Amino acid sequence: MTTTRTQARAPRVGESALRPDGIPKVQGRFLFGNDLWADGMLWGKTLRSPHAHARIARIDVTPALAMTGVFAVLTADDVPGSGVFGLEQADQPVFASGVVRYVGEPIAVVAADHPELARRACEAIVVEYEVLTPLVDSQAAITAAAIHPDGNILRHLVIRHGDIDAIGDVVVEGIYEVGMQDQAFMGPESGLAIPDDDGGVQLFVSTQFVHADRDQTAACLGLPPDMVRATVAGTGGAFGGREDICLQVHVCLLALRTGRPVKMLYSRDESFVGHVHRHPARMEYRHHARRDGTIVKVEARVVFDGGAYASTSSAVLANACCFGAGPYRVPNAFIEGWAVRTNNPPCGAMRGFGAVQTCFAHEAQMDKLADALAIDRVELRLRNALEPGDTIITGQRITGTAPVAAVIRACADAPFPAGAELDPDSESAPMLLRPGGAGRTADARHVTRALGFAVSYKNLMFSEGFDDYSTARVRVEDGIATVHCACAEVGQGFVTLAQQIAREVLDIDEVVLAPADTHVGSAGSTSASRQTWMSGGAVEGACRLVKAQMEADAAAGTVQRVYEATFEHHHAPTQRLDENGQGDAHVSFAFAAHRAVVDVDRDLGLVRVVDVTTAQDVGRVLNPVQALGQIEGGIAQGVGLAVMEELVVDQGRIRNASFTDYLIPTALDMPTVTVAALIEEPEPGAPFGAKGIGEPPTISSTAAVAAAIRAATGRAVDRVPVRPDDLLF
Amino acid sequence: MTVLAPTDLDGALAALAERPDATVLAGGTDLMVELNFGHRRAGVFVSLRRVRELREWSRVGDELTIGATVTYTGLERGQIATLVPALAQAARTVGSPQIRNAGTIGGNLATASPAGDTLPVLSALDAVVVCASASAGRREVSVHDFLVGPKRSALAAGELVVAVRVPVLSGPQEFLKVGTRNAMVISIAGVALVTDAARGGLRCALGSVGPTALRAADAESFAATAVEWPSRRATPEAAIEFGRLTAGAARPIDDHRATAHYRRHAVEVCARRAFERVTLR
Amino acid sequence: MTDQAIAITVNGERRKGRTEARTTLADFLRDELALTGTHVGCEHGVCGACTVLLDGEAVRSCLVLAVQADGADITTIEGIGPEPGRLGPVQQAFMECHGLQCGFCTPGFVVSVTSFLAEQPAPTDDEIREMLSGNICRCTGYQGIVAAVHRATELIEEATA
Repeated sequence: MTTTRTQARAPRVGESALRPDGIPKVQGRFLFGNDLWADGMLWGKTLRSPHAHARIARIDVTPALAMTGVFAVLTADDVPGSGVFGLEQADQPVFASGVVRYVGEPIAVVAADHPELARRACEAIVVEYEVLTPLVDSQAAITAAAIHPDGNILRHLVIRHGDIDAIGDVVVEGIYEVGMQDQAFMGPESGLAIPDDDGGVQLFVSTQFVHADRDQTAACLGLPPDMVRATVAGTGGAFGGREDICLQVHVCLLALRTGRPVKMLYSRDESFVGHVHRHPARMEYRHHARRDGTIVKVEARVVFDGGAYASTSSAVLANACCFGAGPYRVPNAFIEGWAVRTNNPPCGAMRGFGAVQTCFAHEAQMDKLADALAIDRVELRLRNALEPGDTIITGQRITGTAPVAAVIRACADAPFPAGAELDPDSESAPMLLRPGGAGRTADARHVTRALGFAVSYKNLMFSEGFDDYSTARVRVEDGIATVHCACAEVGQGFVTLAQQIAREVLDIDEVVLAPADTHVGSAGSTSASRQTWMSGGAVEGACRLVKAQMEADAAAGTVQRVYEATFEHHHAPTQRLDENGQGDAHVSFAFAAHRAVVDVDRDLGLVRVVDVTTAQDVGRVLNPVQALGQIEGGIAQGVGLAVMEELVVDQGRIRNASFTDYLIPTALDMPTVTVAALIEEPEPGAPFGAKGIGEPPTISSTAAVAAAIRAATGRAVDRVPVRPDDLLF
Repeated sequence: MTVLAPTDLDGALAALAERPDATVLAGGTDLMVELNFGHRRAGVFVSLRRVRELREWSRVGDELTIGATVTYTGLERGQIATLVPALAQAARTVGSPQIRNAGTIGGNLATASPAGDTLPVLSALDAVVVCASASAGRREVSVHDFLVGPKRSALAAGELVVAVRVPVLSGPQEFLKVGTRNAMVISIAGVALVTDAARGGLRCALGSVGPTALRAADAESFAATAVEWPSRRATPEAAIEFGRLTAGAARPIDDHRATAHYRRHAVEVCARRAFERVTLR
Repeated sequence: MTDQAIAITVNGERRKGRTEARTTLADFLRDELALTGTHVGCEHGVCGACTVLLDGEAVRSCLVLAVQADGADITTIEGIGPEPGRLGPVQQAFMECHGLQCGFCTPGFVVSVTSFLAEQPAPTDDEIREMLSGNICRCTGYQGIVAAVHRATELIEEATA
């Protein structure tokens, strides 16, 4: 273990550097967006729709405005710029007007001198609704009357690859479902807006993508982008849930209207309706194979419920379809995907981004196929594993590394860690670590142990022609390097890596990070496992430019006091998928395998995951302790989706919008995590050869746990999260 | 909103007499959630934090008197845990260690949630709730009469839970609670089983499967004869029948936490297992 | 809204103030005393980010009214270290063992673990998992945190040896 003892040489790339924000974070001194404060600050609060679908007959804000201490009440009529926003298409109103399309949709915002007063003022606003029947069935949405001027089809994507009429000797089918998962980051949404003298505004916000926040906010405010000066405030986790904007426009509107700083802070129940979720999905699959186990064809039809607005549904669906056959050689495929609009809560980005849902389905199919062919489940995967140079179902040839067989072998062959042996000393597990835990429901004899295995892949960075880049500015002055990059630190540890990369390239120990803000070019989003590659590459590039100048000046004897350079790092261009879902749409791929050991209480249908062992394709490890942290944390979310995490939505309304009832794994639910291998085959084109590592841990861990529960119970387990009823009745 | 913080019981009762609309605030683990979620309006609150005499417990003969603001941590540890093990087992399933440091047995009673974890145990023990008010003085109410319905108790306006009295029994006790997380989870179903070796019987009560804690009377009658007393011998078939009869007492509903069907099934399984734990082959 | 006077000791310092009766201890610490290290993650006592020591016991400060704490002795994350600017053993261990990522839950964990280790100085792995089960972390999967608790016991032992 590294310690904080003063080191002669600060850690470079490949070493377990400690987080530069670690000390303030353990001391409680690190300021999150939630903690920001400004003199004379007002508190903003949002009035939200109680209905999933309704016409707004009338809004009367006068009772709220009349309250002493209330400084502004704003509705759709008060938006000076664009009335709609959206990451991929602007279809979501800043405030609902005319119609509301989901429970929790903003209707109005209030600024008051006390948060409690702001809350009461919201209650004082009169809104008359004519309640409409909500459209909540994603399948029905395809043909139902449009609930939005842009229609109900957010994307319809068909992948036709090879001979779509090919037939195999053996055919297996299944229908699978994934429930709605929430990112449940720990720090609720928060932001502070401060009006500037020139009519512009400063925005401090917990976010994943500060430039997209700025651009969308400026468009809605009717301001040029450079008049919205946005800074990433301390961000308490994200996992996809902060890629879309939530309160950004609202808080800036209130600040500009009142001429005073305004803070907004969501409560937890508000947070559950304040950000997008992982798409619920229904997936029909049919796999064809030869008797020897060679996959002949994969057919699938998947329907993703996008909820009321587009968010990133289109890209999520593309991922679901592109990687929907798994990391296998599949010569023929016909995959039809729908992302549809309903009156359910909007869905968008969450760690794994579409690949999670179809991985659950294709890995269940692979197990079915292995059983039908009487071939070992791991062996079947090895026989079909993608290799470099292979072509995936979108017609794209893999030009980078693809150590699929290596991750499968390393994971499958790993010894079982102590306590997770398949034939355990059954009395040894303490009651708290059995299914049911503190409830003391299971004795050892009620518990069956079994294992499951799953493999996955997904793209790194943005795909389908998106101009994806990151910018970094590096300045060296008096032997200190300052890195300025707008990459949002949401916990993943980019701040540590940026220092390591700058030290490595410049050979300077002291590296300072400037605030991540819009005074430097965009770094893109902290998502898609992209920041180590994109912003890491930008920092590396800027440092190389500075180093070249320094070396040239040193050779010429004209050393300067200050060196500065800015570098914009673009990845290789990609193409939009064509009408057959074919094209070189992706930059690079990452692969992972997971093996789960579970204990199931057969009579109560309760599950505890005992261990998850993994092998992952990482290109190169830049910081071992942080890589491990991403893997362990990602697996926790995968385990959560497998056995407990689901937003229960009834007629468009979330029934469990609290941490009392939206269950996240505790330390007693979390399995041990065993890393069998990190496969280090440097990826061509990637800075230092490193692939992104954040998402793969979440993707096939869910499928592996589901497979293990299947093995323990003999049940279909065709839906996650697994509910006790599914294992009993 | 006003919070009164009396320092003794008479002060608390006087405050409640003066403000009959006041709400009693003990550990805050239920009430504060309602306040923070806006489900309960601010008003007058009487905080019991400083009322020392409510935090004490005592034993007289074979009876414990547990003060209303004894916390779950207090029930979980030390002598109470030895004397009334099922109460300690139930207390340990409540929320988190921090919640158990704050939440109280009197609060669990007064909130009267169908999912209150100690309530099935108190029901199985035939506990007696000691209530008091400035005007009417003390009265004792059987826990069965005290728990009227979901979040409804027999407390009158201006009245306070002072203590709860439970017997010290000889013989094993069990509390099993079903939840889909290993800690910090609201009960989907709970079963409390206490044996009374001296009188040769066992008593069983259920949580989260009815408007309030329910007694499994048929199962208890069955056990009186199906179990050999005082040896506590019983057949495997008796355990199965005991589970079946216990499930018959459940009156569960569907909600976002579980289906009624599962709840009834879980009661059957837990009752069978509890029976197996407290009996011998 | 009626204000009530309160006097509490926070991190060894006597603090007096007036606060609306409705204010939670968490909000009072954050908004009135500017001690923003106590984080509010759920307002209903589940996440544990707001954990403080109230008369030595770990409690959820979001479920305590500030006025209820009148006369009490409070320790927050800002007072957990041996002196301003220096790390206590639990803080040091969380740093060393990568027991945090976003850090939002961290103060609640550090305060809780400090309290638990005072009662149980040499916990096993399973006991650690139980003591941590009242705090939710969404980033780490708890592995680094479990390691940090082990490390903290070593640091405490070293310091007292």
